[in-house]
Amino acid sequence: MTPSALEAVEEIASRVRNRDRRGLARGLSWIEDRTPAGRALLDRLYRADHPAHRVGITGPPGSGKSTIVNELTRRLRARGAAVGILAVDPSSPFTGGAILGDRIRMQDHSSDPDVFIRSMASRGSLGGLAAASIEASELLEAAGFDWILLETVGVGQSEMEVVEAADTTVLVLVPESGDAVQVMKAGVMEGGDVFVINKYDREGGDRLEKEVSLMLELSRELNATGVADRWEPPICRTVALRADGIDALLEAIDRHRAHLERDPERRREVRSRKIARRLRTQLRDRLVGGLVRRWDLEGWVAETTARIQEGKGSPYALVDSLVARLLEEGVPGARDDARRSEGRGAEERP
Amino acid sequence: MTQDEKIRILVAKPGLDGHDRGAKVIATAFRDAGFEVIYTGLHQTPEMIVDAAIQEDVDVVSLSILSGAHMTLFQRVLDLLRERGGEEIHVIGGGIIPEEDAAKLREMGVGEIFGPGTPTGAPIEYIRRRFETGRGQSQQGTEEAAKEGDAT
Ligand SMILES: Nc1nc2c(ncn2[C@@H]2O[C@H](COP(=O)(O)OP(=O)(O)OP(=O)(O)O)[C@@H](O)[C@H]2O)c(=O)[nH]1
Ligand SMILES: [Mg+2]
Repeated sequence: MTPSALEAVEEIASRVRNRDRRGLARGLSWIEDRTPAGRALLDRLYRADHPAHRVGITGPPGSGKSTIVNELTRRLRARGAAVGILAVDPSSPFTGGAILGDRIRMQDHSSDPDVFIRSMASRGSLGGLAAASIEASELLEAAGFDWILLETVGVGQSEMEVVEAADTTVLVLVPESGDAVQVMKAGVMEGGDVFVINKYDREGGDRLEKEVSLMLELSRELNATGVADRWEPPICRTVALRADGIDALLEAIDRHRAHLERDPERRREVRSRKIARRLRTQLRDRLVGGLVRRWDLEGWVAETTARIQEGKGSPYALVDSLVARLLEEGVPGARDDARRSEGRGAEERP
Repeated sequence: MTQDEKIRILVAKPGLDGHDRGAKVIATAFRDAGFEVIYTGLHQTPEMIVDAAIQEDVDVVSLSILSGAHMTLFQRVLDLLRERGGEEIHVIGGGIIPEEDAAKLREMGVGEIFGPGTPTGAPIEYIRRRFETGRGQSQQGTEEAAKEGDAT
């Protein structure tokens, strides 16, 4: 990185530490744009002690996640905590554009200096979302936010990765989102630390609640290995629109946080699992992202799509031969790069 | 512009009138053009608009105005942006604005005004041209860095 780029990184780093909103916003853009400047920034600001508590809030579209985030934020602010919010929405796979509308329900806090709200689009299809939003929460943490609320739509693998990176994962269900069996099939039940049945004012809330509690009981029996002080996910009924049940929800989140922090052994274990997962996400993102860019793999996808359409080969053989070529030949110039960055020392850490 | 970069636009509807159809139409058109649109809904005060624009690090603020209070609203948004370090954020507008007011607004620093009946393609073209060489305000860190990353 050039001296002036490094200077810009240092400047933004100090602005983030001072919770300067413009500087923080700029740093978040660097991260979203997957730039080396963004990584250099995170390298300077990374906190292994992990002081912020991250709450992932996920659930089907329109289930009331943003309304819940808004109400949780109000209560956290009343306690004097500073709250960072990341709201992730999908990008259009066709145009790459996105409409990010979660702020509409969070207007109460948009001018509060101790609240920072950022909307993120999921962008590229080849990974990146989980890495970008985890990195973004690290930046908010460095800016001194005590709580970080991450909202994502609960569909798709990378969205689940986002919330699983949280300390407490809240799963929002609504009566109209189908029964709990479907939810379990989607594989999202295991990830939940706290379950919310929102829109309890609508018909079917009690039925859904019964189903969820049955599911939880079942998985409790299957996993009954005699671990003392096991966390049992509670179910909270809410009508977020009227702020009903939000106090109890926050209390459940508090209890989960206390549970995590009570046992230093468990805390270490949970943390190390998270760091390992974090490394995997980062590796995948850097490897895939780097290769996609260097070998213009998006271009390869376009070309190869046409080839397959013309009947010239199957995806299996074509991907196999590409990967074999990448692995055997290596990336042109990659070794030179490695040597160069070794020579340049620590400030060049990626 | 690198492939990971996206133009980000805040579409806001200040004022008291209750229609956001126009704003929704333009938000959808922007999305279809590949932009990331932050949509904040109805009844936005200039303070709320500028707070959102700063936090979201947008390149463009697009105001849809019907209420007739456009002169003061635009002025206030421009002033607040300047006050809060967002002076390089580009402001454009649409709605029923007489041409002589539009001329004044351009003098004040508003990029362009798109009157009623303007095809949605016009603001899209305008924005694309303006950001051809990259996102104006995050350039410093990203452009150099991106060059470095891609150069090998
Ligand atoms: N009846 C009822 N409506 C609710 C409740 N909570 C939220 N809503 C409404 O549900 C709609 C969606 O709420 P949001 O908070 O935007 O939901 P979301 O899950 O964030 O939506 P996406 O981000 O679009 O997936 C809004 O119209 C809310 O007013 C509730 O408890 N009961
Ligand atoms: Mg939402």
